Amino acid sequence: MSAAEAAHADGAGAPATAGGALTAGATAHPRTQPPIPRGAPPGALAAWLRLLGSELRLILGRRRNQMGMLVLASVPVLVALAVRATASDAEASGGGGPNFIDQVAGNGVFVALTALTVELGLFLPLAVAVLAGDAIAGEANLGTLRYLLTVPAGRTRLLAVKYTALVIAALIGVAVVVVTGIAIGGVLFGLGPVTLLSGSQISLAAGLMRVVVAGLYVTAGLAGLAAIGLFLSTLTEQPIAATIATVVASTTMFILDGITQLDWLHPWLLVHHWAAFADLFRAPVYTDAIVDGLMLAAGYVAVFLGLAWARFAGKDITS
Amino acid sequence: MTGPSAVATSGLAKHFGTHAAVDGIDLAVPAGGVYGFLGPNGSGKTTTIRMLLGLIRPSAGTIALLGEPIPEAARSVLPRVGSLVEGPAFHPYLSGRANLARLDAADRHADRRTSGQRIDAALDRVGLLAASGKRYRAYSLGMRQRLAIGAALLMPRDLLVLDEPTNGLDPQGTREVRALIGGLATNGTAVLVSSHLLSEVEQVCTHVGVMREGRLVAQGAVDSIRAGSPSVVEVTSADAEAAVRVLTGLGMADAQITATGARAGAGVVEPERIVATLVAAGVGVRGFQVTAPSLEDLFVSLTGEGFDVSR
Repeated sequence: MSAAEAAHADGAGAPATAGGALTAGATAHPRTQPPIPRGAPPGALAAWLRLLGSELRLILGRRRNQMGMLVLASVPVLVALAVRATASDAEASGGGGPNFIDQVAGNGVFVALTALTVELGLFLPLAVAVLAGDAIAGEANLGTLRYLLTVPAGRTRLLAVKYTALVIAALIGVAVVVVTGIAIGGVLFGLGPVTLLSGSQISLAAGLMRVVVAGLYVTAGLAGLAAIGLFLSTLTEQPIAATIATVVASTTMFILDGITQLDWLHPWLLVHHWAAFADLFRAPVYTDAIVDGLMLAAGYVAVFLGLAWARFAGKDITS
Repeated sequence: MTGPSAVATSGLAKHFGTHAAVDGIDLAVPAGGVYGFLGPNGSGKTTTIRMLLGLIRPSAGTIALLGEPIPEAARSVLPRVGSLVEGPAFHPYLSGRANLARLDAADRHADRRTSGQRIDAALDRVGLLAASGKRYRAYSLGMRQRLAIGAALLMPRDLLVLDEPTNGLDPQGTREVRALIGGLATNGTAVLVSSHLLSEVEQVCTHVGVMREGRLVAQGAVDSIRAGSPSVVEVTSADAEAAVRVLTGLGMADAQITATGARAGAGVVEPERIVATLVAAGVGVRGFQVTAPSLEDLFVSLTGEGFDVSR
């Protein structure tokens, strides 16, 4: 090879190396994408509901949450079976709450109310706490939060969707308890006119309507706890930490509520009014405690959603 | 390309406590350009990208994304921006397709009626269509990376911000990502692609910027940066001293003896004339090469160091 040829060949060689790799890249079958109709942007409400639907599918589709619902459903079954097995010895107390269990053997409807009373102590708050932990801290932990926010889902909008989904999930949890309770109660004890705590009777239909209202009232209380949980969820990237903190909050309130020396504090404890749904089964319906409970729950929701928003709206997302 | 810059920051800074992760940078990504955002790990690239996308608030400075201020106009601008930030992140127990559907549902501008079509197209584009029904947890690192790139392509975008898109990809995957970036750029989409490996992106970049310890130490069009630095002539010869004399005689800078012969900066002397002069002077030439400096060499000289981890 002559020097001149070498000069030519090698002189061109350096750029050709870079060009060669470019060609190799270009031959890696770049797909030309046919334009896909972007479609009309949906209305704000339709888009919001779509995200809410996605959120609910995420919650309900998760195996762990389905197991949780089975646990919630197991309590009324256990209550009913226990009463059935010891029908003569039905004086056992329903955990300090209103004493519905005495009436279980006479009417299956009371299985639902007894189970609701029992589960309000731990299982329902725990379910809310687990989902609240997932809501923000869980997404932050997975790293999916940054992708939701760069979509952009909108911080306030995401928080609103997350909270709405939590409340709907709490309602579903309560419904699982109530429906399972009425079903197993109906099978084991039959359903009939409901004898109120004050002794008078109302029809089964009116009784079931009051059970529905009771479920909604319990959900309102849990909505207050969900707001606390959502706020705690914005403070950490560890879902389990937010869950534990939420359970600690509800359990501490139950403990404080049990200390009579602190009775000045009791009206301000979210859980203090939770058992007041029993007042729906008096004649006439005693509404004072229920109204107090609803007002207090609304106050907790306002305060803790406000805190959650204040924290989340300007937070640096470094997860 | 006309229109505003894809990205323009001014004095952008982010302090974490007393530590300045990003220390007053003026980033300029032209519309339609492919901008290689380079720098060692820990130099502030990801923090910058998080600020561009409104995930964290700047301590100082301003950001304009596609001509609009961030974070103020994030709601109207970010839908036009596809992004991959600090690696893929998805719900492990959902399939690849379900994960994309979730992100699509979060987009208030996305039409649910075209959702399935757009998700299919995005999956196809990153070669994941066949594996779209598998749970994300079963994906390999390369598949996860592809899914994240697919998520950035769900909607038509004017700007893509891709943070280390080739992380975890095999050489074939890296080539495909390069081809994808090239293809997008031809369609007019501006791309900001960060990497700690210059060699992975330099072939597709029209512009580059180099971060070092929170500062942008170099930035500009690749062509002008290359033009500013002369090629190097290397002569393989047994008679190195004579070769150096000839090269110096031609007015070439920094002529010196090497292990195999001699080298010098090419300057304005044509290679043909160099070889002819060498041969005429009786220097035996076994090999002759004109080498354009790689961008990596340039940046090592600009930044003073290699691409090691800062701090």
